[in-house]
Amino acid sequence: MSDNTRVAGIAAALPTPNLDTDQIMPKQFLRGIDKAGLDRGLLYDLRYDADQQLRPDFVLNQPAYRDAAIIVAGSNFGCGSSREHAVWGLQQFGIRAVIAPSFGEIFYSNAMNNRLLLVMLPEAEVQRITADVAGPQTSRLEIDLHTMTVKSHSVQASFALSPRHHRMFLEGLDMIGATLSQQEQIAAFQQQHWQQRPWLHNIAHTVRARINTTTAMPPLGNS
Amino acid sequence: MAQTLYQKLVQSHTVARLDEQNVLLYADLHIMNEYTSPQAFAGLREAGRPVLVPGQQVSVVDHIIPTHPVSFRTIQDPSSALQASNLAKNCKEHGIVLFDTNDALQGIEHVIAPELGMIRPGMVVLCGDSHTTTYGAFGALGFGIGTSEVEHVLATQTLVYRLAGDMRIRIDGVLSAGSSAKDLIMYVISCIGAQGARGYAVEFQGSAIAALSMEARMTLCNMTVEAGARGALIAPDEAAQQYVLARAPDIAAHHLQAALADWAGLQSDADAVFDVEHVFDAADVAPYVTWGTSPDQAVPVTGKVPSPETAPDATIRAAAEQALRYTGLHGGDAIEGIAVQRVFIGSCTNARIEDLRVVAAIVKGRKVAASVRAMVVPGSGAVRRQAEREGIAQILIASGFEWRQPGCSMCLAMNDDFLQPGERCASTTNRNFEGRQGRGGITHLMSPAMAAAAAITGHITDVRTLGATHV
Repeated sequence: MSDNTRVAGIAAALPTPNLDTDQIMPKQFLRGIDKAGLDRGLLYDLRYDADQQLRPDFVLNQPAYRDAAIIVAGSNFGCGSSREHAVWGLQQFGIRAVIAPSFGEIFYSNAMNNRLLLVMLPEAEVQRITADVAGPQTSRLEIDLHTMTVKSHSVQASFALSPRHHRMFLEGLDMIGATLSQQEQIAAFQQQHWQQRPWLHNIAHTVRARINTTTAMPPLGNS
Repeated sequence: MAQTLYQKLVQSHTVARLDEQNVLLYADLHIMNEYTSPQAFAGLREAGRPVLVPGQQVSVVDHIIPTHPVSFRTIQDPSSALQASNLAKNCKEHGIVLFDTNDALQGIEHVIAPELGMIRPGMVVLCGDSHTTTYGAFGALGFGIGTSEVEHVLATQTLVYRLAGDMRIRIDGVLSAGSSAKDLIMYVISCIGAQGARGYAVEFQGSAIAALSMEARMTLCNMTVEAGARGALIAPDEAAQQYVLARAPDIAAHHLQAALADWAGLQSDADAVFDVEHVFDAADVAPYVTWGTSPDQAVPVTGKVPSPETAPDATIRAAAEQALRYTGLHGGDAIEGIAVQRVFIGSCTNARIEDLRVVAAIVKGRKVAASVRAMVVPGSGAVRRQAEREGIAQILIASGFEWRQPGCSMCLAMNDDFLQPGERCASTTNRNFEGRQGRGGITHLMSPAMAAAAAITGHITDVRTLGATHV
């Protein structure tokens, strides 16, 4: 059994619904051209006060949860901005899985593409797990990708992943490499697509070339 | 078999079916900005992969760009300056069109792509930005992607795409004076919730939609993502055709008949089945204002902040209580009369010429309240120049607005435009999340007309009481 079939560790509850990616990774941490240093930015305004001091009452700052590997979240976790920095930051902080009733759609894809495990469970089960992990004595969770179950102190729940995401999480997947193996199919599709709709061929270059040769812009809006 | 418009767009762009839930989807246009693309280019470089179709990529510097009203812009923040120069380097290396910091046509990605004639009915448009749903206004399938997917599109011109469900939102009736497309979408989001459309591509239909201008449709589709939607669509009609053909002379010159024939098929079949349907009446839509920290926490301007005790369940109640703690409001507070210190008119939701015309019509001959700092950040260089030609800029400046250079600016406050802690802002943007416009800053989302009214009075004001029947 490889290490990837199981995520186990301390879980911290962040039950606020609609916890958006602006809060997960605030703007001032988006100015890099690499992925470095995002652990510092994770949930920054919740972890640090206005004077940049740790807020001792915030769950991830409490000694019992500082090494959390799992977050138990509210519904629509990761809604809002498409910034993948939110996923990178969670992982750099040490988070390997998030359990919630639902996730923002772009965040969901971003997480899967980085092998951050997202587990969707019915709201009632998430609430019971949240209650379990609220106590440091019962904060350990185990997620088993083989049996597809989540086990907390008092809850055992089954979850589902699409076969594709299951495979991606277990094996990792060079998605670009896989798609490039279909390059001939892409080329054939593209040729036919452009033949049928030539006005969609190389739009960016076409438009830029036109702009370079004319100065007149059409009026904007409805006149 | 009868198909929805969404299904037709997916089908016409499916290179291969990968499994039950996923297809390999072809992208006609990929738009990039300076902050969600760097790691994608770096990944390509690391793997030694080229950009497959450079002619269908376009980039613009918009999120980090300063908006000070100077003619030549320099980015002072070193990290942001590096993001801009890095984007320029990447575009040059791969032969990608770039609208750089001082390009006369620079602007917010979702403002410039349509105005330059790059968005056409029947396309698939991808961008590392959630508000890519804007392009549904043209009957184009647009949606936001992450940076790993940006890299995938650069390398393959395709995306591994998880299929969405079909939702129809039908809106008939007539918007009343003072209400706009912004109010319409805020109303819809307040009804269905911040995840009411999660998992679905939403098609808007109905007479109220048909009556909207193309720019108003962009506002509507832009903000549909705040209900969690994976796409927003409006079948292209004559208004869409005219808008596109005026900006895409290459179609008019070479492909007019074929394009019109193709676009005529871009509508849901009469007997197409949607997984979920909602019906609304535009006549019910008053000017809307958010009171909390999620776009669905909104009420009519004539309303009151709801009491958390009336929430349908404990989770919503806790969220409302937390939102009110942040916004400093209380259940039962009247929305009208809440004092604001800042007014922001801008963003990919509401910074097009029609938005600025509405603002100018309201503030003409009036002054911004002494207690308010009000900014107008046009959506693009083209919008800015047209507003100057039409005399709009002069009206705004005379009223006391700052007339800025284009960019995303205080919608997400990645540049040096942001709220101070405790400052309250009437904003035409799309998200009122905690800290979105600056740490501790409080955002009230509303229409351009409503933001203009707040600028004049210094507090949230029902624009209809200012006699704005021309909106």
